Amino acid sequence: MAAPIAIHLEFGGGAELLFDGVKEHHVTLPSQSEPWDVKQLLVWIRENLLKERPELFVQGDSVRPGILVLINDADWELMGELEYQLQDQDNIVFISTLHGG
Amino acid sequence: MFAFLTTCVFMYDIVADCSDNVPTRYLVNDACVLSGKPLVSASALRMEGQLTVYNYNGGPCYRCLYPVPPPPETVTNCSDGGVLGVVVGVMGCLQALEVLKIASGQKSSFGQQLLMFDAQDSRFRCIKLRAKQAGCVVCGETPTVTELQDYESFCGSAATDKCRRLNLLSAEQRVSVQEYKSIVDCGTPHLLLDVRPKVEVDICHLPVSIKIPLASLEDQNADHINFLKEKISELKLQMSSELQVPVYVVCKLGNDSQKAVQLLEKMSGTELERITVKDIIGGLMAWANKIDPSFPKY
Ligand SMILES: [Zn+2]
Repeated sequence: MAAPIAIHLEFGGGAELLFDGVKEHHVTLPSQSEPWDVKQLLVWIRENLLKERPELFVQGDSVRPGILVLINDADWELMGELEYQLQDQDNIVFISTLHGG
Repeated sequence: MFAFLTTCVFMYDIVADCSDNVPTRYLVNDACVLSGKPLVSASALRMEGQLTVYNYNGGPCYRCLYPVPPPPETVTNCSDGGVLGVVVGVMGCLQALEVLKIASGQKSSFGQQLLMFDAQDSRFRCIKLRAKQAGCVVCGETPTVTELQDYESFCGSAATDKCRRLNLLSAEQRVSVQEYKSIVDCGTPHLLLDVRPKVEVDICHLPVSIKIPLASLEDQNADHINFLKEKISELKLQMSSELQVPVYVVCKLGNDSQKAVQLLEKMSGTELERITVKDIIGGLMAWANKIDPSFPKY
């Protein structure tokens, strides 16, 4: 069994509006048989945190186009994207790209 | 337009993207990649800004990061979402600084980096981005985009930050601001329902309006629905009994009001007494433009 892990989630660039306008969330992911990865985290967020309109956040298994995911201050592409295994105290940021000016 | 842009980009050494919509951002990116120019790109919305230098020093381009454009309904433009001038100013200054650094032969700090500015929390953060992507359709190893395309159809949205105009209702379900003005002038009994969020109602509203945000109608908020019921009954008492209470729905630009009309029509005769619902075309901004120039525009 993998022990429960505490992680820090942040939403920005307007993505926080899908979470009642709250930018920062400290959450604990429950213990489960395998280690948590980002793919499972997205499902967990959808079921536990998302307040409205999931299609504006997730699309299929992943985030919708236009949302950048950062794992410990690095683009998730550098970290293995959906397969990245979450560690205790990780900082995961979901940022909606801005287009205005 | 494409010939113009290509010539334009070829004439300069550095390009700054200060545009305000998605298709233009893809267009400018591709023009820069195709002509080999660094792209200093800044954007802002509400209290946040982002800055990256694309196609610079072997780093990624805009498409490496965003191979698929965002669904149009997820894009908030500045005229809908609002933006603080100071935030745009801060981002513009940082952008100008990077242009000067590149122009003077110094290195930019934002190749393969994303600077995020959160004005609310006064926080700057710098993020390491992915490398240039081998599979990128424009800057990758076997590019398929070798000339500029139709970016509006690629993104499914217009190259403008103007608000989209919905057309959900038939002509009989809508009135112009002039028609509504004459209804007011004639003293015809009616309800005016303002469906904007409270923060916008607090900026300005028409004095006779009752206020229920669209979100409350969508969520069937019991307090708000009861409030509307009471208002309808009150007015019904003043009218000859066989007539339905007319309800005119208004919002800022006439998009949300149409959605509200559709919701209210479903509720008419069930949750609510039978009513006649219409939206006011163009909303309060049309009122400000055509009827009352002293009404605030925002
Ligand atoms: Zn690229």
